[in-house]
Amino acid sequence: MAKIDLSINTELARTILSGFIRSEIQRVGYHHAVIGLSGGLDSALSCFLAAEALGPENVLAVCMPYRSSSPESLAHAQLVIEALGVQSVTIPITEMVDPLIGRDPQMSAVRRGNIMARARMIVLYDQSEVFKGLVVGTGNKTEILLGYTTLYGDSACALNPIGDLYKTQVRQLARAMGVPQPILTKAPTADLWQGQTDEGELGFTYAEVDQLLYLLVDQRYSPQDCVEAGFAADFVQKVVERVRRNHFKRVLPPIAKLTNRTVGYDFLYLRDWGT
Amino acid sequence: MIEIMKLRIALAQINPHLGDVPRNLQKHLSLIETAKSQGADLVVFPELSLTGYVLQDLVSTVALAPQKEDAIFGQLLEASQSIDLAVGFVEEDSRHRFFIAAAYLSGGEVVHIHHKLYLPTYGLFDEGRFFAWGDSISAFDTRFGRVGMLICEDFWHASPPYLLWLDGADLFLFMSASPGRGLSAALKLESARWVEQLVQAYANLFTAFVVHANRVGYEDGLHFWGGSAAFDPDGVLLAQAPYFDEGVTVAELDLHQLHRTRARLPLLRDERTALVQRELDRILKRASQANR
Repeated sequence: MAKIDLSINTELARTILSGFIRSEIQRVGYHHAVIGLSGGLDSALSCFLAAEALGPENVLAVCMPYRSSSPESLAHAQLVIEALGVQSVTIPITEMVDPLIGRDPQMSAVRRGNIMARARMIVLYDQSEVFKGLVVGTGNKTEILLGYTTLYGDSACALNPIGDLYKTQVRQLARAMGVPQPILTKAPTADLWQGQTDEGELGFTYAEVDQLLYLLVDQRYSPQDCVEAGFAADFVQKVVERVRRNHFKRVLPPIAKLTNRTVGYDFLYLRDWGT
Repeated sequence: MIEIMKLRIALAQINPHLGDVPRNLQKHLSLIETAKSQGADLVVFPELSLTGYVLQDLVSTVALAPQKEDAIFGQLLEASQSIDLAVGFVEEDSRHRFFIAAAYLSGGEVVHIHHKLYLPTYGLFDEGRFFAWGDSISAFDTRFGRVGMLICEDFWHASPPYLLWLDGADLFLFMSASPGRGLSAALKLESARWVEQLVQAYANLFTAFVVHANRVGYEDGLHFWGGSAAFDPDGVLLAQAPYFDEGVTVAELDLHQLHRTRARLPLLRDERTALVQRELDRILKRASQANR
């Protein structure tokens, strides 16, 4: 297979992304950021970027463990908080979600995971009001394209600095910015149940899928072109279908058009309108 | 023969507020003052400097008529009494068509208006949906010699700079709102590398001064990379603004360099315009017959 180089100029990425956070928060009159810090790589990088953009004292890291969350996750989140000197608060979600989960003893892991992700969203947006800060997102390009995210859960944010970086690029930038070593090297996990890993759940590695997505999306290869470039046909098919099927998570809900001017179709403004 | 042989051009690398023309006017006036304090003779602003770039449905609300009676242009024309200005704006013509436009102002008068000829409507760009296409191009005389103005995509095509060159332009003012894209391991963004190479190539090809004013700042997720630059007729970089930062960068142009470069390298003298016209006629005629 041809070598696909996903490496990035980390200095340039750092300048552009920290400038983005500063601009998009300050232009609407805010000075603070709120970030859900899981102990994983993506939220660690977002937190590093936000601290650089706004100053650590203007960043609130929110840790939201559930009773089954790995203690290691919380410890890793603490490493980020201490490395940066950002403000922090820990708000466990167990007491919020257990009554709902307890209503159905048969509840699937997916349902439980979605409830936890959405409970965390509620906590974050509540802290956003307390701290007078905007919620900075932590979703990367790989998970956005694959739809490996909970709609209105972990995907909910006011702005997302890392959504155009594949997971392997997130790791490269995180390393360059000094994210603590244990976070760089551990297996990515949503930590919704013990032993869960992203790659185990997805059925392929980030290294593989990032290269395939780069060809499909960035380089506009057809699926057939990707097979000819050396990817297994069933893997290509599975990823192509997954990207298509999850597109609903990447767009606002369609509004049924009745009038001559309808939000989403012909009422077109950037969010930065007037700022 | 023109009298002024040293021209100090200020590249005003502005970060406009999206759709807020009065605030952007104040920014213009402030950057003009900075340029004047640095001894500049001419200030060049980027594309749509008075309005911001991704205007979408704001287009009709930010459009201006470049004349003294207009509240915004009235103040810019006043400022042009003491320093020449090239500014970017949306023009609404008498029949209510909206153009991406650039105005050259000097001595309290509108010297020239250029309407953007090429509206990128692909990828992240959607200009053709919101704007009318400019349909003419000409160079114009200033106190610094004959000048040609182009806006961003105009100079991604080879023909507009070429036409301006033949129309007598020795100084090219390129005005951009170029979104950064194409991050790789390379030193520069792909879009920055591409535009910088284009701009420098025109200085070489036309043995002329080429000045590029690009904006900075963010509009939603888009960023604009700045790096405004000036090249001399040998293609030598005279000055470059920083990437990403707002501010004024002054380049000093020694207009005698045109004489020296063209004495050495008579590309303009040798340009075979009659051949170009003859062959272009033939090619277009053949193309139109093939399409029948």
